[in-house]
Amino acid sequence: MSLSRDQVTKIAHLARLDIAEADVAKYQSELSNILTMVEQMSAVDTKGVDPMPHPFDLGQRLREDEVTESNQRESFQAIAPQVEAGLYLVPKVIE
Amino acid sequence: MHTLSIAEMAEGLRAKKFSSVELTDAFLARIAKFDKQLNAYVTVTADQARAEAKKADQRRTKGEDGPLLGIPIAQKDIFCTRGVKTSCGSKMLDNFIAPYDATTVAKFNQAGAVMLGKTNMDEFAMGSSNETSFYGPVRNPWNTKTVPGGSSGGSAAVVAARLAPAATGTDTGGSIRQPAALVGITGLKPTYGRVSRYGMIAFASSLDQGGPMAPSAEDAAILLRAMAGFDPLDSTSMDKAVPDYAAQLSASIKGLKIGLPKEYFGEGLDGAVAKVIGEAIEQLKKLGATVHEISLPNTGLAVPTYYVIAPAECSSNLSRFDGVRFGYRCKDPKDLHDLYKRSRGEGFGAEVKRRIMIGTYALSAGYYDAYYLKAQQLRRLIKNDFDEAFKKVDVIAGPTSPSVAFNLGEKTADPVTMYLSDIYTIAVNLAGVPALSMPAGFANKLPVGLQLIGNFFDEGRLLNVAHQYQLATDWHRRIPAEFA
Repeated sequence: MSLSRDQVTKIAHLARLDIAEADVAKYQSELSNILTMVEQMSAVDTKGVDPMPHPFDLGQRLREDEVTESNQRESFQAIAPQVEAGLYLVPKVIE
Repeated sequence: MHTLSIAEMAEGLRAKKFSSVELTDAFLARIAKFDKQLNAYVTVTADQARAEAKKADQRRTKGEDGPLLGIPIAQKDIFCTRGVKTSCGSKMLDNFIAPYDATTVAKFNQAGAVMLGKTNMDEFAMGSSNETSFYGPVRNPWNTKTVPGGSSGGSAAVVAARLAPAATGTDTGGSIRQPAALVGITGLKPTYGRVSRYGMIAFASSLDQGGPMAPSAEDAAILLRAMAGFDPLDSTSMDKAVPDYAAQLSASIKGLKIGLPKEYFGEGLDGAVAKVIGEAIEQLKKLGATVHEISLPNTGLAVPTYYVIAPAECSSNLSRFDGVRFGYRCKDPKDLHDLYKRSRGEGFGAEVKRRIMIGTYALSAGYYDAYYLKAQQLRRLIKNDFDEAFKKVDVIAGPTSPSVAFNLGEKTADPVTMYLSDIYTIAVNLAGVPALSMPAGFANKLPVGLQLIGNFFDEGRLLNVAHQYQLATDWHRRIPAEFA
């Protein structure tokens, strides 16, 4: 399995990762090697095997619909990169 | 004081031979003296530790008692600790002061344990050598040219060098057991759902599990008792009573059926390691256990399956690091897109980026069935292997790692080579069963770990077998000469 340069750039974009132009070839070869190793999976016939998402075949636990969290905006925003008037700031999105 | 077991420390505190403040100071002094050689702590919380020790002494004066009251421990830097930097070994969280405590941390606080500091680790727990940490590699106390294993390499090193009596770790594909093996301590990965994941920074949510790392099974039993239990804040926590693990240690293992999976003793296993493992199994036979050859036929599929499931879950979990609400933010972002991409590109290291990209690819449109779904089907087959095995035997034994500690830099060039060093530990996480690694001797002057794998929620039996072995051997008491 080998990924093209374009594929690596596209994956990096999907993952919102800035990859330096000079590093693309390195990731291309490393990711291709990993996918080649992963390809051993396809040798096994898994027709009819139930996928296993979790060690216990359980559904989500439910609870009463009541307020359990207290407002901690101040302590959470104290560690934010940029806040103003209780809001998180990001670069302008709409002109 | 640093050579005492946790039970002996608690006895000393009870008998007023020393106070928690004195005990804590003794370990802080060892950290100040030795940690430069190991780089095992990211943060040492000396002042807070002394304050907590003083509080523990006061609680004891008031008549309180408990197996961990006043006992110093170290926390892996993946567990959120309120008011203390929680870096997860990453530049992304280098500025992150956790606003709350992980459940595991809260439980240790309630028990009166004293936190000495936060231990170094592979970035976001992704690595098998502790070389992916933003804070630099941790060194193995037995030979500082070698790695301590990973990802809980800092916790492993501090326990091996007795810079803490015990520590917490987390294990997604072997991250407690492999470092425990490489530094010669006892480390247990509990059954999935046994220990709360709340406040434990997520890597792969269906595999991650916290557990104890300590010199002996007896110490690990005390820690596990404090860590385990149902937590409504973790949606995959199991509501199941926590047994008194320490009370189960003394049972005889006469008649215990041990399975030896032939796949764990084949090609790829270092000959010197195989010899030590063979001797450890002979010792278990002397204690009355019987040995049976078994097969875990899908062992070879564990690494490929894991390197789809873990990266897929990691790519999803790590999408929360966006440079907006907490953590690293790039300088002068041009627009929102630039903010996301550069904050993540600059904040994450190479191994984390590789895994995010593999996961993103495996989950992307058109590839889901071939990768993620296929891996989940293989995961079922791997789990079925264990179910079949436990119909015939009580525990499974084998090597934890195919080799002893390797040199720093030896496996960093090729990620796949590094991945294969976890060949004996990964299937356990996929299945969800518990397993521990315990010191079994030395090969080339470096520690060898024996792995014991148990059925679901059979942690007590694993600790019992390890304790009985440790009553008959002294590998778990060995301390590297430089740190004696």
